[in-house]
Amino acid sequence: MSGGHSTYTPKSGIGRWMDARLPLPRLVYDSFVAYPVPRNLNYAYTFGGILTLMLAVQILTGIVLAMHYAPNTELAFASVEKIMRDVNSGWLLRYLHANGASFFFVAVYIHIFRGLYYGSYKAPRELLWILGCIIYLLMMATAFMGYVLPWGQMSFWGATVITGFFTAIPLVGEWVQQLLLGGFAVDNPTLNRFFSLHYLLPFMIAGVVVLHIWALHVTGQTNPTGIEVKQKTDTVNFTPYATIKDSFAMVVFLFVFLYFVFYIPGYLGHADNSIEANPLQTPAHIVPEWYFLPFYAILRAITFNIGPIDSKLGGVLAMFGSIAVLFVVPWLDTSKVRSAVYRPWYKLFFWLFVVDAIFLGWLGSKPAEGVYVMLAQASTFYYFAFFLIIMPVLGLIETPRRLPNSITEAVLEKNKGEAPASAQAREG
Amino acid sequence: MSDIDSTKTPEPSRRDFLYVATGMAGAVGAAGALWPFIDQFRPDASTRALASIQVDVSAVEPGMSITVKWRGQPVFIRNRTEAEIEAAQEVPLDELKDPVARNDNLPPDSPASDVDRSAGEGRENWLVMIGICTHLGCVPLGTAGDFGGWFCPCHGSHYDTAGRIRTGPAPENMAIPAYEFISDTVIQIG
Amino acid sequence: MRKGISEMKMFLHGLAALGLGFSLATSASAAEYPLHEPEELSWSFSGPFGTYDKGQLQRGFKVYRQVCSSCHGLNLVAFRTLEDLGYSEEQVRAIAEEYDIEDGPDEAGDMFLRSGTPSDYFPAPFDNPEQAAASNNGAVPPDFSLLAKARAVERGFPTFVFDIFTQYAESGVDYIHALLTGYEDPPEGVEVPEGTYYNPYFINGISLAMAPPLSDGMVPYEDGSPETVEQYSRDVSAFMMWAAEPHLEQRKATGFTVMLFLILFGGLVYLTKRKVWSELH
Repeated sequence: MSGGHSTYTPKSGIGRWMDARLPLPRLVYDSFVAYPVPRNLNYAYTFGGILTLMLAVQILTGIVLAMHYAPNTELAFASVEKIMRDVNSGWLLRYLHANGASFFFVAVYIHIFRGLYYGSYKAPRELLWILGCIIYLLMMATAFMGYVLPWGQMSFWGATVITGFFTAIPLVGEWVQQLLLGGFAVDNPTLNRFFSLHYLLPFMIAGVVVLHIWALHVTGQTNPTGIEVKQKTDTVNFTPYATIKDSFAMVVFLFVFLYFVFYIPGYLGHADNSIEANPLQTPAHIVPEWYFLPFYAILRAITFNIGPIDSKLGGVLAMFGSIAVLFVVPWLDTSKVRSAVYRPWYKLFFWLFVVDAIFLGWLGSKPAEGVYVMLAQASTFYYFAFFLIIMPVLGLIETPRRLPNSITEAVLEKNKGEAPASAQAREG
Repeated sequence: MSDIDSTKTPEPSRRDFLYVATGMAGAVGAAGALWPFIDQFRPDASTRALASIQVDVSAVEPGMSITVKWRGQPVFIRNRTEAEIEAAQEVPLDELKDPVARNDNLPPDSPASDVDRSAGEGRENWLVMIGICTHLGCVPLGTAGDFGGWFCPCHGSHYDTAGRIRTGPAPENMAIPAYEFISDTVIQIG
Repeated sequence: MRKGISEMKMFLHGLAALGLGFSLATSASAAEYPLHEPEELSWSFSGPFGTYDKGQLQRGFKVYRQVCSSCHGLNLVAFRTLEDLGYSEEQVRAIAEEYDIEDGPDEAGDMFLRSGTPSDYFPAPFDNPEQAAASNNGAVPPDFSLLAKARAVERGFPTFVFDIFTQYAESGVDYIHALLTGYEDPPEGVEVPEGTYYNPYFINGISLAMAPPLSDGMVPYEDGSPETVEQYSRDVSAFMMWAAEPHLEQRKATGFTVMLFLILFGGLVYLTKRKVWSELH
C-alpha cells in the first residue's frame, strides 16, 4: 500500500490459489508485515495501535452489554443494575465498557498531542490528519450518547444541557433540538435513538479508521525527526519490530486501564449517575465526563455578548470552534520544519498548550463563578491563540535548530551522544 | 535476517524459548479475556433463582387444574377426578403410541402406566406436566380432544387424561418435570 | 527518551505550581456544602485486598431492618443475594418469608399479598414517591440500593490525584457515616428551616429532613459489638456498600490475578522486544 512493490510470495498451493482470486493475505502481509516504518519511532507512536485495541474492547463489550440492556426509560436504569448484579461477569463487562470509554480518550488525546508535537499533520498528511479529526468527532458523539444510556441523573441532565446547545442556533434552534430529542425534552424517544446511534457509530468509526490507516500507509509514518524516509536503512519492517513494540505498549496501557477497572472503577464516573434520572430535579452541579471538560470550560467562558452574537450562541460557537480549528491545523502551521524537536519556541508553546488544555479540563469541573470564569476566559484565549496566532506567526519567525540529513544519521548521532566513551567525539 | 541471528545469538534455543513463552502467555491471556464474554451468555442469577419454584395446590379441587410458569414454560397441575384416573388406568400399555413414562422423577425406561405418569402411589390424582405439545411446542388445550385429556390445536394431537399421546403427529407423551411434594399442599418444581 | 523525561518533569512542575495557585484561589470561593469534610475511616473492604466483614454486614442489615427500612427501600436487592452476608439458604428463605410481596392478579383479577421467596426483591416502604414525600415532610427518603455509590463529597486538588494510588473508593460510605454521626445543635445565630435538623456533614445544605435516626442501644447486637451510634453507623454504612457493590470482593480478587498476569506477560513481551530490536543494526 505504500507505493512500493509487494514482496509477498505465497508459499503454499492454497496461498497461490487464494492470491490469484482474493489477495487478502497479500494485503495483510504488505500492510502489517513488510510495511516499512521509520526505525526511530518512540513510544508516543504506539498509541495508534492502542487505540485500535480500545476500539475493539469497546465494540466487543458493547455488543454483549446490548444483549442485557433495555433502551426504555422505565427499564434502562434497572437493566444496567441487573447487568451489575445478576448477569454473569456483567459487572466486569460494564466496568470495562465505562472505563474503556475514558481510556479510549486518554489514548486519543496522547495520539493527538503527539501529532501536534511532531507535526504529523503537515503536507502530505493533511487528509490523514482530517480523517483523525473525524474519528475524534465520532468518538465524542458516541461517548456522549453512550453516557445517556444508563439513565442516571448525570445521563439525563448531561443530555439535556448538551442538546440545549442547539437552541442557540438562531431561528431554527428549537426545531433542531426537537428533531434531535424526538420530543420537547429528553425522554423515551431520545433514549431509543441514542441507543440505536450509539450502536451504529462505532462501526462508522471502524470504517474511518480503515481510511485513516490507508492514508497513513500511502504517505508513510512521520517520525520524531520529522524528516521523510530517504533510504532503506531509515526503516524497519512493521513485523516484528513495530508489532512487538506496540504489543509492549498495549500491555502497559492495559495495565493502567485494568487497574482502574478492578480497583477504582467509579473514579472517572460521577456519583450522581447512581441515581435514576429524574426530570423534575437537577443535580447541584452538572458536569460532563472528564474528556469533555475542556470544551465545557470553553463553552462557559463566553459570558459576554460579541456584537450581535449573544453569550449563549457565542459559547456554543467557541466550543464547536475549538474542535473545528483542529481541522485546519495543517494550513495554520507555516513552519518549514516539521518536528518540535528542532523548534525550541514551538516546543515551549506546545507544552504550555498541553497545560492549558488540562487546566481547562479542571476548570470545566468547577462551578462557573467568580475567579473560575476569568481563568477559563484566559485559558480559552490561549487555546485559540495557540492555533490561530502562534502556529502561523511562529512558523515564519522562528529559527529552527540544525536538522540531521536523514533518520539514520539522527539515530547514529543519538546513539553516539548516549555512549559516554564517545562523548568527546561531538560537542552537542 | 536469519543468518545474522545465527551468528549473533550464541544460544538460539534461549531466544526461541523466550518467543514461545511470550506467545503462550499471550494465548493464556486471550483465553482468559474471552471467558467473561462467554460467561455472560449463561442464565443470570435472577433466572437461576427461579429454576425451582414452590406452588401451593391446596385450593385445587378434584377436576380443577392450574397452570404455573416454570422456567419460562407452562406447567399443568391437575387434580384429576376418579373417572379420569380410571379411564387412564384402563388403557392397555401396548395401545400407547409412546410406551415410556417421560417422567424425570423415574428411571428413563419406566413404562407409561398411569401411576408412573401421576405423582405416584397415594397421589394418583395429581398430574404435573410441562404443558407443551411434544410435536412442535404449542400449548395444548385442557379437557379437550378425543380422549378427554388435552388437544393441541396446532396440528391435532390428542392426549389422554394422563397426558399421554394417543393420536396425532406428536411423538412423545407430555414431559413430567422433576418435582416433589414438600408438604401435603405444596409442590416444589425443579 | 531522556529528553522525554525532562519534558515530563517540566510539565509536572508546571502543573503542580498551577495547582497550588488554584487551591489557594478556590479556598476563597469553595463549594459551600458540606460544611465539614467527612472523616476517612478504615474499612475492611478498602484497598486492593479488601473484603467484606460478614459479621459487620449482618449487623448492618439488622440496623437497616430495625431502623432504616421503615422509610428507605432496597429496591434493587434480591433476598437471594443475602447469602453473601453469610446466611444459609434456609435463613435467607426465612428472612424472605417475613416480608409481604404483592403478587397477582389472581383468578378474580385482584392483586394479593403473599410471603416473600428468595427470588423476590425487598419491597418498597412506600407505594410511590408521592406517598413517600407526603409521609416525610416533603422529602423522599432515598433508596439504599446504590446510595453508597450515589454520594460523594468532592475531593479537591491534589487529593483526587493521590486517590488513584491509594485506591480511595469509600467516599460514599465515609459520607454516610459522617452524616449519621454528625448531627449537632446549630451554632449560635444559625436559623434551621422548620422540620429539618442541623448537620454540618450534609451535602446539600446546613440541615436535612431526616431526624437523627440512631441512638445508643436501640439495636441489640448478639456478637458483643458495642451498641453505639458510632458502631451502628459503621455497620449500616458497610451494609450499604455491599448493597451497592455486591461483587466488590470478586472484582478485587480477579483484579489481583489480572495485574499479576499483566506484569508477567508485560515482562516477557518487554524481553522479547529487547531481543528483537537488539538484532537490528
